[in-house]
Amino acid sequence: MKLITDSQIWKSIFRHKYPDNSRDQALAVLSNVFLHLHPIKVRKSGVRMSFTWCMGGLTFFLFLVETITGVLLMFYYRPVVEYAYNDIKALRDHVPIGIMRELHRWGAHLMVITVWLHMLRVFLTGSYKPPREFNWNVGVILLVLTLLLSFTGYLLPWDQLAIWAITVGTNMARATPLMGHEGPGAAFIQLGDVSLVTAGSDVRFGLLGSKTVGAATLLRFYVLHCIAVPLGAGLLIAVHFWRVRKDGGISGPM
Amino acid sequence: MLAFYVPNLPEFIKNFIDGLLEPTTYFILSVVGLWAMIQFRAVWTRGWFIGSAFGLAVVFYFWSLTDENFKLIVGKPDNVPISILFFSLAFFLWVAFRKMVINDRLLDKGLPTFEHRESNRRVYCWPDRVDTEFLVLILCTVLLLVWAYYLKAPLEEPASLVKTPNPSKAPWYFLGLQEMLVYYDPWLAGVVFPTFILNGLMAIPYIDMNPKGCGYYTFKERRFAISTFLFGFVVLWVTLIILGTFLRGPNWNFFGPYAYWDPHKVVSLNNVNLSEYFYLVWLGRALPVNILLRELPGFIVIIAYFSVLPPLLANLFFRKFYKDLGFIRYQTMIFFLLCMAALPLKMVLRWTVNLKYIVAIPEYFFNI
Ligand code: HEM
Repeated sequence: MKLITDSQIWKSIFRHKYPDNSRDQALAVLSNVFLHLHPIKVRKSGVRMSFTWCMGGLTFFLFLVETITGVLLMFYYRPVVEYAYNDIKALRDHVPIGIMRELHRWGAHLMVITVWLHMLRVFLTGSYKPPREFNWNVGVILLVLTLLLSFTGYLLPWDQLAIWAITVGTNMARATPLMGHEGPGAAFIQLGDVSLVTAGSDVRFGLLGSKTVGAATLLRFYVLHCIAVPLGAGLLIAVHFWRVRKDGGISGPM
Repeated sequence: MLAFYVPNLPEFIKNFIDGLLEPTTYFILSVVGLWAMIQFRAVWTRGWFIGSAFGLAVVFYFWSLTDENFKLIVGKPDNVPISILFFSLAFFLWVAFRKMVINDRLLDKGLPTFEHRESNRRVYCWPDRVDTEFLVLILCTVLLLVWAYYLKAPLEEPASLVKTPNPSKAPWYFLGLQEMLVYYDPWLAGVVFPTFILNGLMAIPYIDMNPKGCGYYTFKERRFAISTFLFGFVVLWVTLIILGTFLRGPNWNFFGPYAYWDPHKVVSLNNVNLSEYFYLVWLGRALPVNILLRELPGFIVIIAYFSVLPPLLANLFFRKFYKDLGFIRYQTMIFFLLCMAALPLKMVLRWTVNLKYIVAIPEYFFNI
């Protein structure tokens, strides 16, 4: 053991001794890019699991699980109507003990739950109060992004469950006031006699890329699901964590 | 396998529950449940009580799975998260309420709360924080692996827009909104209200001016804030999701948890618009042809709701709030509050007087 920990290789990786004294405990956190998301010292009350329920951390962990399993799924999945369903089916039929899709799907559901519970805990401990107002708002956007991630992903297997859930969900958009063709006020937006907001030009059309959930929608949702929304969420999670630190760490009474 | 050893859930229990539950009773029960949860928090949060209640709920849940209809809908792979949500929410509400009760008692005695005592002590992140995280990470991984191994992700027939399933449902986390469609048109239930929910959430830190209760659990210092939030989250969001997923069958008809989803169930709908009540019933004359005149009563009701109620409430119930918050904050708060109350109010109007729309201008998709 000593041989290993004294070797040049080991020392080049770990810049501290075993963290059983305050100096090394501090260094263990400081010299590690991942751990140094944490401060060196934290409020005793904030460490308790019964205080934070560890829900924010769990949400983040699930986000990572989704990223990793998602990348693996992307190797096998093609977002084209002709292939999408069969690619998913092949994952089921040809992979012994294949659980990648399951991990990704159940992880996503779980992330929706943990993000809600995280919000509940933040509310119940009054942690949105000054100086943390802004971070609560970052959180609300993260909540939206989490739901969007889950929603856009729901379409990708391209089965009955997928297409109808997305159809029902996006049907709402046609009723957007002024901007959906069945929304209040849309009828007034005209150029002469020509109605500008139609089934072929309203927000729903913009979302789906067509009048019904189709090939264009599949591609759009795929790009949103795998690139746009995760990037946005990743960025905001960074902001969120940064602000947790800058706002004085996990909240506690003054 | 299981059913072989376990006797089925007795019919009379099933019939009782199916007979009891309706959208009305379901909603009333959930409101009463929340009220009782807040009111009797000192009682039910005790270990023996919650332990046995939780145990009974779990036993009853699994026992219910002996019923085919129950199992069919609750056991659907994509509905499993809802059961997890239900039980984990119950658990964490217990954790929170327990801490609130204990802290409130300490505050009553003028002693520092649990968190007050510990918040000035700083501990090293390594190992205190890091091992908790590591432990949770491992537990979560194990849970996911087991779940993923035993429950296959669903894959139905290939997508086809020609074959419409009945009922067609959005993903489970949006089913509260879909349930709202029973009472409000899509432009409200699907677009405007969700926007307001998010804006309302974002406004919370700027309208809650109560300096107390930051960073520790307490109920008595934040009665209004906590009760309102729980009403929104637990009653209007989570229980409506459960209703929308488990109890809404073909044609969005209501079915008890053990009832067979009969696609031919017919429910007579004879809902009446406010304008019809006003002109046909009360004035005893025909509906005016002019749309605006026809809907005038409805417009007055809506405008009064948002303009007369706020000052009225400020004088009646919210005196202190109004003083503490000031005009703009108070108006913002009351606006979101009234929007939130709009759902239960419409529910009650629907159930009692069959009210369909307060303002009904289907010509322009403008129904409220
Ligand atoms: C992808 C989603 C999210 C992730 C990964 C995340 C992660 C975290 C983490 C790790 C913490 C540290 C404390 C803890 O674990 O409780 C935290 C704190 C916090 N989060 Fe989030 N969060 C997310 C969404 C939200 C949402 C939806 C809200 C509220 C609407 C929110 C509001 C806050 C606030 C105000 C704090 C500071 C709490 C305190 O100081 O006690 N977050 N978040």
